[in-house]
Amino acid sequence: MALLQIAEPGQSTKPHEHRLAVGIDLGTTNSLVATVRSGVSETLPDENGQHLLPSVVRYQKDSVEVGDAAKAHAVDDPLNTIVSIKRLMGRGIDDLKTLSHQLPYQFAETESSVPRIMTAAGDKTAVEVSADILKALKLRSEQTLGDELVGAVITVPAYFDDAQRQATKDAAKLAGINVLRLLNEPTAAAVAYGLDSGREGVVAIYDLGGGTFDISILRLKQGVFEVLATGGDSALGGDDFDHAIAEWIMSQAGLDKASISHSTARLLLREACKAKQALSDTESVELNIVLDEKQTWFGSLNRDTFNQLVDPLIKKTMMSCRRALRDSAVDKDDVMDVVMVGGSTRCLRVREQVGAFFARDPLVTIDPDKVVAIGAATQANALAGNNPDGDMLLLDVLPLSLGIETMGGLVEKIIQRNTPIPVSRAQNFTTYKDGQTAMAIQVVQGERELVSDCRSLARFELRGFPPQVAGAARIRVTFQVDADGLLNVSASEETSGVKAQVEVKPSYGLSDTEIETMLRDSMEHAGEDKDARSLREQQVEADRVIEALDAALADDGDEMLSSDEKDAILAARHQLQTAREQASDSKQLKQAMAALEKASASYVARRMNASVQKSMAGHKVEEFKSEESEL
Amino acid sequence: MALSITEQAAARVKDFLANRGKGIGVRLGVKTSGCSGMAYVIEFVDDINELEDEVFESNGVKIVVDKKSLVYLDGTEMDFTKEGLNEGFKFTNPNEKDSCGCGESFTV
Repeated sequence: MALLQIAEPGQSTKPHEHRLAVGIDLGTTNSLVATVRSGVSETLPDENGQHLLPSVVRYQKDSVEVGDAAKAHAVDDPLNTIVSIKRLMGRGIDDLKTLSHQLPYQFAETESSVPRIMTAAGDKTAVEVSADILKALKLRSEQTLGDELVGAVITVPAYFDDAQRQATKDAAKLAGINVLRLLNEPTAAAVAYGLDSGREGVVAIYDLGGGTFDISILRLKQGVFEVLATGGDSALGGDDFDHAIAEWIMSQAGLDKASISHSTARLLLREACKAKQALSDTESVELNIVLDEKQTWFGSLNRDTFNQLVDPLIKKTMMSCRRALRDSAVDKDDVMDVVMVGGSTRCLRVREQVGAFFARDPLVTIDPDKVVAIGAATQANALAGNNPDGDMLLLDVLPLSLGIETMGGLVEKIIQRNTPIPVSRAQNFTTYKDGQTAMAIQVVQGERELVSDCRSLARFELRGFPPQVAGAARIRVTFQVDADGLLNVSASEETSGVKAQVEVKPSYGLSDTEIETMLRDSMEHAGEDKDARSLREQQVEADRVIEALDAALADDGDEMLSSDEKDAILAARHQLQTAREQASDSKQLKQAMAALEKASASYVARRMNASVQKSMAGHKVEEFKSEESEL
Repeated sequence: MALSITEQAAARVKDFLANRGKGIGVRLGVKTSGCSGMAYVIEFVDDINELEDEVFESNGVKIVVDKKSLVYLDGTEMDFTKEGLNEGFKFTNPNEKDSCGCGESFTV
């Protein structure tokens, strides 16, 4: 007999029509699945009562192991045991160069831009490995709930870009999961605490995991969550606390860092981790470490010493918090609630410091390892249609600005970073040369002013619009970002209706570190960028002036100019050309342009008169008069 | 006429109610649907309809049943069990003559 759950009043479903939906926290180290049963959102354990599924997959010739079984072989079979695959999601071959030193795998040589890891079961992509983790979670949910899933909400870091989000969706598809929505991890945590039904205002999500730190600032307005800013440090987490303690033990025990063996180092880290966890409950822990047969080190670590060791690390997270607050233009006092996410927020010192920083007690009642999955399940339940009263609309935000390349390698931003999505923005552009019938559109992502400093996402061409004089064509470029953060760019020439578009599913994406670096660069180089931009603009202008002059000279230069006049103009043109090639600031270029303008002023006036005469030739003055009076 | 709830099920219902933050008990009922004719309904109760509802109390939990459903549910015991990974509520109904394989619906 099927087991029943309690429904909300009036919302019982008919038999076989339960809309089972789960929330999945697909993590770098561990993954979780949660669902809403009898009005309670809770994570689902496996048959051994374990809620966390290690995000580890081991491939053998005829079998695939996921979770603890796979993790057990991480050391003895490293090439076939894939860990931390999330770091590779949406990444291309190019990204591996920067990552490969952290990855022990062998990558297959392929033509494709997607890296493939060689395993005993054949080559595997990041999407396939993630799909195997998702399959395990799907199986667990279906066994637990006794029926097929309608769909799932899968959480992703707020900084995931298009490619990384698309890769996550692809993995779900491969696992046979219908993705109701991708949800930002911090947003899910806020939902878990029911902040979506609380007062309107600003919420901070402090997520300190084993190896990463993320801070997100959200604003709740009219039942809608908007992500104001995200920040963090991709190489800071609870593991660093362990390292700090281990180093302290080494200095206390008189051990030399360089001379200890790997196994001793591992032992010290393990003991350090144990001590850290124990200090959440007691004031002081006794350490009793067997270094080898002859040597055992006894010591004790109290909270004060521990706090001194970890304070510098916690301080670093506070700097990220401050930056995120500044980014979102909110005052510290405006933050109503602080949600704690990630195992490392169990550490009392972290809670204390975060509480002191935001001047309020952080929310810690939900297990910080499970809070994201629990929020995702709540959202999944609502999206599956089980909770018509609570239909939430959660807004996410673009991590980096999106734009296109314009003449001179400059970036024209179409959608600014931190814009809530879904969003659609359009801007008009025009042609640069006479008779131009095609335009290449280069889609870029980033905060810098020059294309070369940003990341190129896609390139496509709009062809076959009618030739017109420069500046006459009207080309409308539209950027659309859907609720999952995927970008669609279209361009159309308005007089002829010619259209072209591209869906951006770039083969590789950006890591949070890169995004952070890009953001930091854009701030550090703001002044430089402004100068570079204005120089490029002047260069483009100079090219245009020279081109127009050359065209005019070829047309009627010999008829209208004496050789002296022509020489003067050509000299000024030469100077401008030289300045165009050599000038390092826009001022010099501006001067050269002014000089050329002056030299050719009378020529331009003469041409103007000639063209007016030409157009009036054969007409009587009266005709113009009467036309005028009609106007 | 009476309905009952096991101690274990009562404890779970109390947990769920506490978690939900409101509600006075559980409503049991039947609906005419499903592959074998009738289907069980369990819902949280926020309001009692004085005219149509009967209220029972068992192991500290208020069980609300509308009079029409009561005919089919009289003597039913509600239990909470685990089957493998799955867990949930289960009915032992003396009126039930046959149930479909899925167990969500039954005939009287």
